[in-house]
Amino acid sequence: MACNCENQNPPNNNKESLDRRSFMTRITLGVGAFFAAVLSFPLVAAMLDPIIRKKTEVWRSVGKLTDFKIGETKMVTFENASTYEWSGGIARSAAYVRRKEDDSFLALSVNCAHLGCPVRWVEKSEIFLCPCHGGVYHKDGSWAAGPPPRGMFDYEVRVHNNNVQIKTQNIPITNLTS
Amino acid sequence: MKKALKNIWNWVDDRGGLSELVKPLTTHLVPPESKWNYVWGSATLSCLIIQVVTGIALAFLYQPSADVAYQSLQYIENQAFLGSFIRGLHNWGASGMVLLMGMHMIRVYLFAAYKYPREMSWITGVVLMALTIVMAFTGQLLRWDDNGVWSSVVAAEQMGRIPLIGDSIAHFLMGGENINGETLNRFFSLHVFVIPALLFSFVAYHLFLVFRNGISEPPKVGRYLNPKTYRNWYENMLKEKGVPFFPNAIWRDAVFSALVLIVLVFIAWFVGAPELVGAPDLTNVKVDPKPDWYFTWIFAIFALMPRDIGSYVIMLGPVLTITVLLAVPFLSKGGERSPLKRPWAIGAVAFLIITICGLWYIGDVEPWHPKFDAEPLSEYTTVPEAKPSVQRGINVFNTAGCLYCHKINDQGGIRGPNLTNVQNRLTKEQIIIRIVNGAENMPAYGGSLSKEELEDVVDFLLKDKKGSNPNN
Repeated sequence: MACNCENQNPPNNNKESLDRRSFMTRITLGVGAFFAAVLSFPLVAAMLDPIIRKKTEVWRSVGKLTDFKIGETKMVTFENASTYEWSGGIARSAAYVRRKEDDSFLALSVNCAHLGCPVRWVEKSEIFLCPCHGGVYHKDGSWAAGPPPRGMFDYEVRVHNNNVQIKTQNIPITNLTS
Repeated sequence: MKKALKNIWNWVDDRGGLSELVKPLTTHLVPPESKWNYVWGSATLSCLIIQVVTGIALAFLYQPSADVAYQSLQYIENQAFLGSFIRGLHNWGASGMVLLMGMHMIRVYLFAAYKYPREMSWITGVVLMALTIVMAFTGQLLRWDDNGVWSSVVAAEQMGRIPLIGDSIAHFLMGGENINGETLNRFFSLHVFVIPALLFSFVAYHLFLVFRNGISEPPKVGRYLNPKTYRNWYENMLKEKGVPFFPNAIWRDAVFSALVLIVLVFIAWFVGAPELVGAPDLTNVKVDPKPDWYFTWIFAIFALMPRDIGSYVIMLGPVLTITVLLAVPFLSKGGERSPLKRPWAIGAVAFLIITICGLWYIGDVEPWHPKFDAEPLSEYTTVPEAKPSVQRGINVFNTAGCLYCHKINDQGGIRGPNLTNVQNRLTKEQIIIRIVNGAENMPAYGGSLSKEELEDVVDFLLKDKKGSNPNN
């Protein structure tokens, strides 16, 4: 019978061939794992880079001292700590600043402590209302009604050279236990 | 000519094995009774194909960058040739996919097709459901309008409820600790590369399983499923009376999918995609973020949960749902498959549908939502010929935020009770106490209203025939 295949003698030593095969299996799996690791590294690095980058916090001026009347709550905006040239309209964040006394300020994050939606200040009622799930807060940021598990988050605030300044920070994330 | 073409085909088929590839499909036997109830899965797949095609079309036009994504959507919507239609079809294709996936799942559950030997079909189906939901959520976020931006915040906040690693996952999603220039690209990459890759792999495996284990025969009352004998019985049944999948069964899939496409094209053309709301701006707090329709029932759950358990519901809800679904084929294995003999299965599906529809309705009405855009009560129509104190009271009612939550006649919010006839329910003293001290879900106004303002608004509230139109 014509056959153009090469002479394939069955291995005559079964044990030796099994050893050889398990060696080749291991080589293949090992090389495969190496291949996967080499490729995964840049992917994981690209995904994690913006997160593990060093955190920056900067003080941002949000107005002159004289812009704030005692007892008044005012919305201010400021540039986030680290922005990109392509950040566009999301380069700035907002906060509510209330001048409690002459030199005592309270700065609250606009993010609702429930799921992060931006709360609105209703001046006449002196409450913050959240449009998403109906969270309500008092003027000092404490919880008043609705689903938020805690009061509003606050920013560090200081008066520096007659400027009111806010220390930028991350979007506050409410945890299970807060 | 004809002969030449035939030769070419023969060559391609001989060397390329195309017939071999398709042959198993054409000769695959299916139970003859698998008819119109078996089209949901293929229709879901057709929606996925619509999504892939329209998605690629959109990717040619869309700019996935935080500063211009919104403008590029305006361009797609208003300028690009067929752009608005493509966007509409992608939007409604997603709706169709979610809906048909739900129908497919209900059908499989009611017919107990998840039982032996098709457990893996169910399990991969649950994974596909989760992936589809992630696609739906990340997709609506790519609109990158107000709604999109705040949806990404909401997604991050939800992740924040996971113990220990919650913050890390939230920051992973946002690409940092804030919504920033990286955020949109992360969701874009997830929506366009990562999740579709997983989706395609699982769809391929899900389909392979359909061929490997066969389409489940429609259940019959009294025909018990015995894992020991089922496979033999099924094979014999197919040999005896099975019909080829192609074309005896697939023609229904084709017809139904075509119908789905026609309906979706129609809606896409005449209704279009949801309007783009304001440009992304984290400093604009006058927004009203709300998810697309298929998520509004979850949105309602988040609003209605008591605050003590809210965070646990946010975290455990999805985990428990997936766990229970994955456990289904292990909790109910053999035995009866007919829904007529499984009243609890019918009850569970009915309960789920009623609950979700109820929550949909509530999510649409949003009774917890302060009505920021309520039209102010006009002095004249609200109380005709009112005395000055009542007129001032109407003004207080309009400006102090009362109107956001309380209705007078048909104007105002519905979070608090309707106050049109409050004078019949409460005395003057009771009204004053309520306003000054507040009540559950109502802030205390004692500190913010002057004595005169309080008296005026109470004068107004005590008035009979509030809101009656003088012309009636």
